Amino acid sequence: MNRASWVVVAIALAVFPLVAGDFYVNLGSQIFVAAIFAASLNLLVGYGGLTSLGHASWIGLASYTSAWLFLKMGVGHMLSAPIALVGTTLVAGVFGWIALRATGLGFLMITLALSQVVWGTAYRWASVTNGDNGLTGLTRPAPFGINLDEAAAFYYFALAVTALSLWMMGKFVNSPFGAALRGTRDQPRRMSALGHDVWLIRWITFVYSAFWGAVAGLLYVYYNKYIHPTALSLTNSAEGLLGVIAGGSGTLAGPVVGAAIVVLMKNYVSAYIERWNMLLGFVFVAIVLFVPDGLVPGVRRLWTRWRTK
Amino acid sequence: MDTLENEVTPALQIGALRKAFGGLPATDNVSLEVMPGERRLIIGPNGAGKTTLFNLITGDLSPDAGTIRLFGEEVSRLRPHRRAHRGLARTYQIITLFPNDTLEHNIALSQLGLSRRRWNTFRALTDYADLYGEARRVLGRVGLEHLARRHISEVSYGEKRRVEIAMALAQNPRLLLLDEPLAGLSREERVGVTQLIAGITREVTVLLIEHDMDTALDLAERITVLHYGSVIVEGTRTEVVADPKTREVYLGDG
Repeated sequence: MNRASWVVVAIALAVFPLVAGDFYVNLGSQIFVAAIFAASLNLLVGYGGLTSLGHASWIGLASYTSAWLFLKMGVGHMLSAPIALVGTTLVAGVFGWIALRATGLGFLMITLALSQVVWGTAYRWASVTNGDNGLTGLTRPAPFGINLDEAAAFYYFALAVTALSLWMMGKFVNSPFGAALRGTRDQPRRMSALGHDVWLIRWITFVYSAFWGAVAGLLYVYYNKYIHPTALSLTNSAEGLLGVIAGGSGTLAGPVVGAAIVVLMKNYVSAYIERWNMLLGFVFVAIVLFVPDGLVPGVRRLWTRWRTK
Repeated sequence: MDTLENEVTPALQIGALRKAFGGLPATDNVSLEVMPGERRLIIGPNGAGKTTLFNLITGDLSPDAGTIRLFGEEVSRLRPHRRAHRGLARTYQIITLFPNDTLEHNIALSQLGLSRRRWNTFRALTDYADLYGEARRVLGRVGLEHLARRHISEVSYGEKRRVEIAMALAQNPRLLLLDEPLAGLSREERVGVTQLIAGITREVTVLLIEHDMDTALDLAERITVLHYGSVIVEGTRTEVVADPKTREVYLGDG
């Protein structure tokens, strides 16, 4: 994208809450959360070639840590947020160490198993998580005294966090480290023969990706002011993965577009069509049939073909 | 051997190396010594264990028994990337490049492998102008500078073979393993790549696997013949060619 189109997008995003109703503004906030989530998963899936089905763990762990610290310990947001991020990242360090004993299907299954352990714990460890009832009575933070309970205020907060996250992840994939990461995806053996520590590159990416997953988790719990074990569920991980694949894995914009589609289907289309899941299925089948590499690369390809005609 | 040669640490010293796949020995009690600056050719019929030997040296495979010393240091338990940092580079018999990237990006990845910059997660790779400048210089050494911005998928097979060699040369290795660098090339391309290999400075020790002896014999002064995973003949070009065992297993009667 060139500078002009960036400016257009930025203005559109900034003006949106001024013209749209609260329902749509909230929808925007949810898209931001899903976008960070999918983009962080894409670091692993798209750039690292490591398909994970356990990414919802990071949303859940960060959310639960933040909620528990606030409710049971009376810790304020200024302190609970960094603790939640650091704690989640540390757990990711251990999970990554276990999961990266394998790649491919093995990696997928281990991430799935580990995330199911976390999900089961959230259900069963009722003294901490309140089990199936979830944790309620949470508040949104008030950075610099700005009340985020208003839909528009939260929208701008989420927009700022999303912009920062995507910018950082963009830096990451365009760096020498990002180039090495793509190398390990395409030719792992060659990469180690060239002196790259393939395992360490993957582990760092796993942890980094979990960190941004945790950032999405904080936004998630701030938005909902409520956390339930379903946040950690396989469905949630799979929706993130669906967003990555639909939008185009291994591209920066793809997961954002894909996440937006999933959120819109789930929250908007479902108001009109009861069987929205079926429609989501059809949309994905169509994407796989017509633009198998995802919407963003697909549309880009059609666009260049049309322009060179 | 005279005393002077004994004082020099071999570039590569392999002792009683064994590797078996499901009971079938692919490398069977192989011992060999390659001196710094030497050009050593490893020949042998299909399935003689030539590539397995390379994979053991680079660490892609770990041996069942035996030692591998790189410039005097025992490396047989080190992971492949650590051996690369000790001056070992290789090319592959089956072309192993990054097909969706440009030639200069392929070379840059090779240079990054030994550079601390590979851990930088913030600065854009494209900001490192010197990295790409150096990459184009290395491509120039193999005669491909004009294709630096092309993608690997757009260049010919012979050019890919040259990129394989360029990627290894970009690391300024001390020991270079070339796995059938002439495989699949036309006669003219063979001449070009042979000249390229012959032009590598003597600071680099070269271990070369070649199936086709005609061109390869000229590249090496010492030759090791492998058969069923074992060294059966080793010596100078004339010695090996004259040895009846070589004729038996490799040159054959056909």
